[in-house]
Order: sequence, then C-alpha cells, then structure tokens
Amino acid sequence: MGQYLIRRTLYMLITLIGISLISWVIITQAPGSPIALTLDPKVSPKIIEQMEKNYDLDKPIYQQYFLWLKRLFTGNLYSFKDGRPVMRKIGERIWNTLLLNLVAMLIIFSLAIPLGVFSARRQYSFLDNLGTLGAYLGISIPSFWLAYLLILGTVKLFGYPVLGMRSFVTEEFSTMEVVLDRLWHLMLPSIILAIGGIAALSRYTRSSMLEVVRQDYVRTARAKGLPEETVYYKHALRNALLPIITLFGFLIPGLIGGSIIMETVFAWPGIGRLAYQAVLARDYPVVMTINTITAVLVLIGNFIADILYGIADPRIRYG
Amino acid sequence: MGGLLVILFTFLIAGFAPIISPYDPGKTDVSLKLKPPSPQHYLGTDQLGRDVFSRMLYGSRVSLSVGFVAVAISILIGILVGALAGYYGGWVDSLLMRFVDVMLCFPSFFLILTVVALLGPSLFKVMVVIGITSWMGTSRFVRAEFLTLRERDFVQAARALGVKDRRIIFRHILPNALAPVFVTATLDVATAILVEAGLSFLGFGVQPPAPSWGNILTEGRTYIFDAWWLTVFPGLAILLTVLSFNLLGEGLRDALDPRLRGRR
Repeated sequence: MGQYLIRRTLYMLITLIGISLISWVIITQAPGSPIALTLDPKVSPKIIEQMEKNYDLDKPIYQQYFLWLKRLFTGNLYSFKDGRPVMRKIGERIWNTLLLNLVAMLIIFSLAIPLGVFSARRQYSFLDNLGTLGAYLGISIPSFWLAYLLILGTVKLFGYPVLGMRSFVTEEFSTMEVVLDRLWHLMLPSIILAIGGIAALSRYTRSSMLEVVRQDYVRTARAKGLPEETVYYKHALRNALLPIITLFGFLIPGLIGGSIIMETVFAWPGIGRLAYQAVLARDYPVVMTINTITAVLVLIGNFIADILYGIADPRIRYG
Repeated sequence: MGGLLVILFTFLIAGFAPIISPYDPGKTDVSLKLKPPSPQHYLGTDQLGRDVFSRMLYGSRVSLSVGFVAVAISILIGILVGALAGYYGGWVDSLLMRFVDVMLCFPSFFLILTVVALLGPSLFKVMVVIGITSWMGTSRFVRAEFLTLRERDFVQAARALGVKDRRIIFRHILPNALAPVFVTATLDVATAILVEAGLSFLGFGVQPPAPSWGNILTEGRTYIFDAWWLTVFPGLAILLTVLSFNLLGEGLRDALDPRLRGRR
C-alpha cells in the first residue's frame, strides 16, 4: 500500500507537469500579445519593452515556463491585468466555486443512486421508462438554456432575485434570513450544474444494479429467505456501487467546465468566471494557474476514487 | 428509431434551407423587430426584425457541420492513437496512454474555451479545436479492441504471410474494431453540438451575423422577458437534435452488441 501511494503520487506529479507544459505551450504560443490589449497604440516602444521585461515576455519560452513555476511557488506571481498577486485573486474566489461544486456533487450522489436503484427494481415499468427518458433529456439539454428558463420561471413566480451569491440589501436581515437568502441563491445554479451528473450516474447505477441482481450470491440470499429489502439494499447495492465510485473522479472535469457557464449565467463570483475574464484579457498567469489548479483537483478526485475503491473492495490489490 | 427520424428531418431542413426559408436570414427590418410568432413569421422576429424561422433553418447547417466535422477529426486521431497503442503495445502503448490520461485530466471545456479565445473564434477553428480535444474516448475503445484482435488467428496468419504492419492495422484489424467507434461517434456528435452552443453562449462560438442555434439563443437572452420565442425555439432545436443523436447512439450500441441488449 505504502509503495503504491508513493508510485501513485509520483505518477500524478508527472501528469501534472505534462498538463502544465501543454497548456503553457498553447497559451503562450497563441497569436496576440497581452500587452496589446492593455495599452493604447500611442504608447512608446520603450514602455512596451519595460512591460515585456516586467512580465518576462522578453525571455525565451522555456525560461518563461520555469519562471512561472518559480513565481507560483514563491508567491511572486502577479496578474497582467491589475498587478495583484494571482494566488490572492484565486483565493478570494475558489471557495465559492468549491461550495457550488460540492453542493452539486452532494445533489448528484444523493439523488442519482436512489433513482438508479428504484429504476432497476422496476425495470421496464412506466416509471423506469420515464426515468430513462428523463436521463436522456438531462444529458441533452443545454445547461445555460435551462438556466434561463428557470430564472425566468422563478423570478416570475416568486419575484425574488436569483442572480449573484446573495441579495443586495442584507443589512436589515436576521441571521436566519441571511442563511435562507444564501441557500436560495445557491439552489438554482447547483441544481442545474448537477443535472447532467444525475442523469449519467442514475443510469450507471441502474445498469450496475441489473447486472448484480443476476449474480449467484443474490439468488442465494433470496433462496435463504431474506426479505426483498435486505437482498436489495444490503447484498446487491453494495456490490453495485463499486463501479460507481470510480465515476466520482470522472465527474470533476465536467463540473468544472459546467461551472464556467453557470457562474457566468448566475453572476457567481467563482474561479470559473475569473478564468473566463482572464482568458478574455489574455492574463496568462491567471489562466495558467487556474488551469493547473483544476488539473490538481481532477487528479486528487481520481486519487480519492482509487483509494475508496480499494477500501470498498478488498479484492483490489495495489500492484 | 425516433432519433433517426429527427436526425433525417434535421438533415433535410439543413439541405433545403434556401428553398424552405420564407425570408433571407440576414435581412433586417427594424419596423418588424421583436414580433411574436404569427402566420407571416412562424417563429417571430428578432431585435433587428430578422425572421427567426429562416435563421433557425440556416442555423441547423452550422450546428450539424460543427458536430460532424469535429467528430470526423476526433475519430481520425482516436483511431490512429488507439490502433498504434493497441497494436504495438510496450512503450508505444505506455507513452500514448499516458498522453491520453493527461488529456483526460484537462477540464476539456476550459481548454476549448482558452484555445478558441486565444486563436480568435471562427467556425473552422471551433470545429478543429472540439475535434482535437475529444478523441480520447475513441482511442481507448480502439486500443481495447486491438489488444484482443491482434492475438487472433487471422492476424497471426497475416503476419506469417509477411503482410506489412500498416496493412494489418488498417486492412485486417481496423474493420473489425469499428463497431464501438460508430457508437462513440454518434454520441460525440451530440456532445460537440452542445459544446458549440456553450461556446456561442460565452461569445466564442460561430460569430454573428452568421446564424447558429447557439448564437440565436445567446442574442435572444437579452430580450428574454420581452421575447420568449428568441430563447425558447433555438434551445428546443438544440435539445431535440442532441437528444436524437444520443438516442441513436444508444440504439446503435444495442444493435451492434447484442450482449448489452436490455441492460440499459
């Protein structure tokens, strides 16, 4: 186990270096200079030269990469756009994104698994077919379109704002009202972010359940007269959930991609929106750092999934 | 089967757009702006008085071509990488599969957004970028097929006869490994159409005034409280088309692999 962890960590580091190198090449080699966007054309070439020097743009590309790495770890990385430290800019917003994604993840797992089990127990019933249709709709719907329809609907129904993380006038609110206000604002974006995941995961759970209930040990459990509930929820479900654990890691890239759109629609102050604005401004340090952080999140997610898989299924050996 | 019908219908619409559409999709008439659906304008008009029905017809061409060209690119790359990794094994396989792992760790939507934004958006670039960031699934399937097929007798026989590697890969093994590729390809068309819509929403898709379902929808959201038809119809079109490709993909999977039938 110990040896496996070391090898696994090493492998994650190599992957991370690969990711940062590829994105570095893509971002810095794309045509267009970040300086051209920040200044008007009348600025003297001398100032441009000075700026290039400040941003390390005058150095060869491989040196720029190592300088970026060095600055990232020493905390000396500054945004091109407003000169503020990149880590602080991201630090202010990353918790909002994590909150949104964690709530979405919670919704996905707490809804999708019961839904999948329910459909599997009543295979080909009306409700199961309805679930299948719902799942196809869920993976096919453009999330921002759904978001606009729901915004339109809720604002017309309740007449209460849904954009942003909270309402503007919260000074005279009691603590309870503030909490409710935050929850209200969190509700729509996290639900919409979760929809694709719910659709995919509930289908996986369903087919995994259907596979498991055909196994001999389930028949044995039934044969020895266990109640149907025990057979399903104790014997079958545990084994059916094993492959679901690995999906935990796969959900993360989709959620992060989705939060760029959701944060833009709902004016949610997270790193997805920050990334979008940084891409628009060609703010290389911010784009690179967010890219790396999301890659780290994905790798950690896969790592956790692997470990959980080992804990849940003792037959898995770390070879 | 319903999926196939809708797809055929969409193709017909895209093919005959110039004949069916009652108006020029680019013709503006401010006196007619933001008119609700009526017998003259089936789906209403937009903020510049353009006929939404005609724009939707032409938009179907853009959405479909993005889907198909992007997937064609991703399949070419996926087959090549998967075939090389699966056929040769060893260090070639390790190297290529590590590369696939790295690509899978990118939050692909963010990567696509970054690349399109930096290169400057255009129909062609959107297709290419979606294609080169979505081949990993295909390559994994193809590799898995190759791993089992290369041990089979007919491949051994071909090798014993001295057939060149390239010919074995493309003539002998590949045709046997294509079934799962068709399935993923169909499902990927659905994803590519959704991604284009998402990019349009962020302002990096197909650029106006050329109509795509994504950018009709995006332009319409400003008027969502006054002109619901600008938001609802393109969204429905995207939903229906993507849904059909997903259904067709699943149908193909069941048809091509009878072992899975009834499980999904």
